[in-house]
Amino acid sequence: MEIIDHFVLGFGVALSLQNLAYCFLGVLLGTLIGVLPGVGPLVTISMLLPMTFGLPPVSAVIMLSGIYYGAQYGGSTTAILVNLPGETSSAVTCLDGYQMARRGRAGAALAIAALSSFVAGCIGTLLIVALGVPLAGWALRFGAEDYFALMVLGLVAASVLSHGDMVKALAMVVLGLLIGLVGTDVNSGAERYTFGLPELADGIGFTVLAVGIFAISEVVLNLEQKEAREVFTRNVGGLMPRWEDLKASFLPTLRGTAIGSFFGILPGTGPSISSFSSYMLEKKLAKDPSRFGQGAIEGVAAPEAANNAAAQTAFIPTLTLGIPGSATMALILGALIMNGVQPGPSVMARNPELFWGVIASMFIGNALLVALNLPLVGLWVRLLSIPYRWLFPAIVMFCALGNYSLNNSAIDVYLCAAIGVLGYVLAKLKCPPAPLVLGYVLGPMMEENVRRALLLSEGDLSIFVRSPISLTFLALSLLLLISMALPAIRRGKARVDQEEAGAT
Amino acid sequence: MRTSLFKNQDALAGLLFMGLGALGFAVALGYKFGTTIEMGPGYFPRILSLVLIGFGILTFIKGVRSCAAIEGGWAWLPLALLTAAMVLFGFLVERLGLVPALATLIFVSARAGHEFKALEVLVLTVVLSLLAAAVFVWGLKLPYSLFAWNF
Repeated sequence: MEIIDHFVLGFGVALSLQNLAYCFLGVLLGTLIGVLPGVGPLVTISMLLPMTFGLPPVSAVIMLSGIYYGAQYGGSTTAILVNLPGETSSAVTCLDGYQMARRGRAGAALAIAALSSFVAGCIGTLLIVALGVPLAGWALRFGAEDYFALMVLGLVAASVLSHGDMVKALAMVVLGLLIGLVGTDVNSGAERYTFGLPELADGIGFTVLAVGIFAISEVVLNLEQKEAREVFTRNVGGLMPRWEDLKASFLPTLRGTAIGSFFGILPGTGPSISSFSSYMLEKKLAKDPSRFGQGAIEGVAAPEAANNAAAQTAFIPTLTLGIPGSATMALILGALIMNGVQPGPSVMARNPELFWGVIASMFIGNALLVALNLPLVGLWVRLLSIPYRWLFPAIVMFCALGNYSLNNSAIDVYLCAAIGVLGYVLAKLKCPPAPLVLGYVLGPMMEENVRRALLLSEGDLSIFVRSPISLTFLALSLLLLISMALPAIRRGKARVDQEEAGAT
Repeated sequence: MRTSLFKNQDALAGLLFMGLGALGFAVALGYKFGTTIEMGPGYFPRILSLVLIGFGILTFIKGVRSCAAIEGGWAWLPLALLTAAMVLFGFLVERLGLVPALATLIFVSARAGHEFKALEVLVLTVVLSLLAAAVFVWGLKLPYSLFAWNF
């Protein structure tokens, strides 16, 4: 069996002492920083991104993935213990997790969250293999025009399906594409938007943009409010879940995994919608829906499984097609590019040790997460009482120093500060930052594919509709755009957005 | 309900997009446009800038209609302080060395918080400088001098 060979290769890579250490470090740092109040996965990853530079690509991605699901998991710990979601996807976990904690069953809630996340993470990883391999094989036949159309679809879907205003999200995509153009044009060698600065000839650094737009602006947003937090540390309770807890969580976990896997693959949806929908589903299926919001174990198991499954399956389009569906995936993809790996369907064939090594590390990482989290809950609880006024100078320090260390260039730090200002203004105007980063990452690839397609077709624009694959993608994008213009669907989406906001 | 233009979330976003699009277009006028077969470096930027202006106009119109106001106030002071902290760090790190640059960064950014306790900030500075030196200079072996005098 070929697949067994792949797994042997993957585990061989992932179990090397070095990669095991990076996986452990990633999971640990991710959880540690993810638990800290007001620091979500995006801030964590962008802050630690510069430090993975210089590692071999496999180790870098293994560590970043570890940080990603570690931070994701850390968010649910805070949701359960202090009713404070580390990020939007664990907002739903607050509803019943915190109620369980108030009834002295925090330990059971944490354990169920860990176990359902673990199950979902493993199933999600298996799905990456099951779907990713054929998908990459199919995508290898894509021509330049098909690729361009696929990127259009990815960007349109990410803006249409994501939270909030569609037009602003699309504008942010275009702005991101423009920012991605800064630097030397590969075809003509002309410098674009560099304003005569030699430091900009290679473009605006990926970490400079990510740190500015996610980390710096997030810190300023947090500083708008005074901190007020009720830390719940009275009694974590026994960590061992009761037998009936496990039995009650079994099916919700599987249903949550199914929902999460589906939304994870779609661009723009991801963990938040998954956890919300799976919570709603469990509430509908329950014999006694009134228990929800009062500490129902299913209300912890299902959303936790859903957001973890979505977090895993989001890797499918990223690793196999080179099209990230969310901001976090854009960061992972950016890290790949930064490390000299050309993303796309050929990654699996050209860098099998990377693909399979990362896959294998996900099983290990998910297991580490359970092993690490449950015994260390006491430590996480104590971390929660660190005041934000100590944390944010440290975040700013890591942002500045991290960016400086990449090129030893002060210009990068200035640029990052400037992008931070832009990011804050955009965030206040409710312009979502994720589409901008997606556009930035895909911009250069998009331009290259358009150019190549039109060069081959001798300037004939009809090439984009003559290829059936490209036509399908473009038609789907158009359909998505038109459907959002229809008032009925728009109102429905506004309602979902509102309900989701209500759940937080 | 009327909202002043300066508080109108979508109208301001629209103006910002239009402005950035116009800037992008103006700068791209200096690059060769080329033809569809052989696109010049100016082809993509000009089209993207125009699309951005278009989305900006749509957003502006929507803002004028819906009059949704910006939520909460602007945190200009923290923003200015954090920006200043980073700029000062960039300026000082090559001139005075890592430790003075970090101390300045932490001191200035800490002022952006709601509470500022001198002793706390001092301890924070010492701990974080040690951490940074440990991770970046001793751990990642980056060639930074902890103290310097280059003017």
